Amino acid sequence: MSYLKEFFSLAVLGVLIENFVLVKFYGICPFLGVSKKTDTALGMGMAVTFVMVLASLLTWLVQRYILIPLNVEYLQTISFILLIAALVQFVEMVVAKLVPSLYSALGIYLPLITTNCAVLGVTLINVQREYTLFQTLSFSFWSAMGFTLAIFLFAGVRERLETSNIPKYLKGFPIALITAGLIAMAFLGFQGLSF
Amino acid sequence: MKENSNLKILGNGIIAENPTFIQLLGMCPTLAVTTSLINAIGMGLSATFVLIFSNLVISLLRKYIPNKIRIASYIVVIAAFVSVIEMLLKAYLPSISDALGLFIPLITVNCIILARAESFASKNKPIPSVFDGLGMGLGFTLGLSILGAVREILGAGTLLGFSLFGSSFEPALIFILPPGAFLALGIILAIYNLIKDKKGAASK
Repeated sequence: MSYLKEFFSLAVLGVLIENFVLVKFYGICPFLGVSKKTDTALGMGMAVTFVMVLASLLTWLVQRYILIPLNVEYLQTISFILLIAALVQFVEMVVAKLVPSLYSALGIYLPLITTNCAVLGVTLINVQREYTLFQTLSFSFWSAMGFTLAIFLFAGVRERLETSNIPKYLKGFPIALITAGLIAMAFLGFQGLSF
Repeated sequence: MKENSNLKILGNGIIAENPTFIQLLGMCPTLAVTTSLINAIGMGLSATFVLIFSNLVISLLRKYIPNKIRIASYIVVIAAFVSVIEMLLKAYLPSISDALGLFIPLITVNCIILARAESFASKNKPIPSVFDGLGMGLGFTLGLSILGAVREILGAGTLLGFSLFGSSFEPALIFILPPGAFLALGIILAIYNLIKDKKGAASK
């Protein structure tokens, strides 16, 4: 029962209160880069979710059973990023071999995930907050869902922006940023939800 | 002649190819840490440090790194220097280290640094690579500082912690909250486009 409670309170925390993109600013590059269409945005969200949960699991194990016993916590950044780079490469190969259709859909986004700061960010937060394995997995899953929600909402708005009449100097990135600002303002309202 | 080309590389990074306003790279720290000018400068200089040294090392090693695993090798070099700056900041500037928080280790995945390693340092000699790193780093610092100054003045009514308008000034708090980052950068980019357009029209 307490696991269930924890799972859902981390859901509110990860998706709404600490939304990775709109409140914490992790993963802005794919948020701005891959949000022109809703279906590619969803694909990116799914790929990030998969990598984030796996990376959290692996880095938790590395931190717990390698870095802490050897007393080399200062190697955190290097070992985590190496692990993430290797993981992304591995996932790319496995997906290409087993599910070619998914691979061709995600193709270009997969390698990009290595330099998505949301992935390295979540692994470092998990360690910093000393989450248990269960909390680590739930938090990374829900933060990835928060990322997916934000990028999906934003892509929806951007599809509409394509056809609307925008002042000349605001075209392209400026209007996209201002739109993101307005969405972020809505998410600011969730700040009071903490419990 | 040679010095000239190095200076050109330097200027290229600061103005012609400014990472923040023109290439739109490294947006995560740009938006997250610019709540005040001092944080922006701290972030900018840390990234500059990493850029200079990672460019130097990658340029020195460019003939020995196999093409297939180059990205992974670059990331290891970058992560090593990020760990150095992280420990230095923790030891000597703990207040900046606290304010920047997770974004210091996240310099590792800053697209600017990887982009410079891939597009410049891996193809050029060490000295120009250092200048390229310095130029790009200063350009990044400049972009961050402008955004940081605008947000601090509008959102808190201060600059570098000094009050600018006296106590009757009501700051627009939204500018130091997350949405303000998007709004301020969007508006700055629009003004930048406007200036560029006016300049282009005048020179024709």
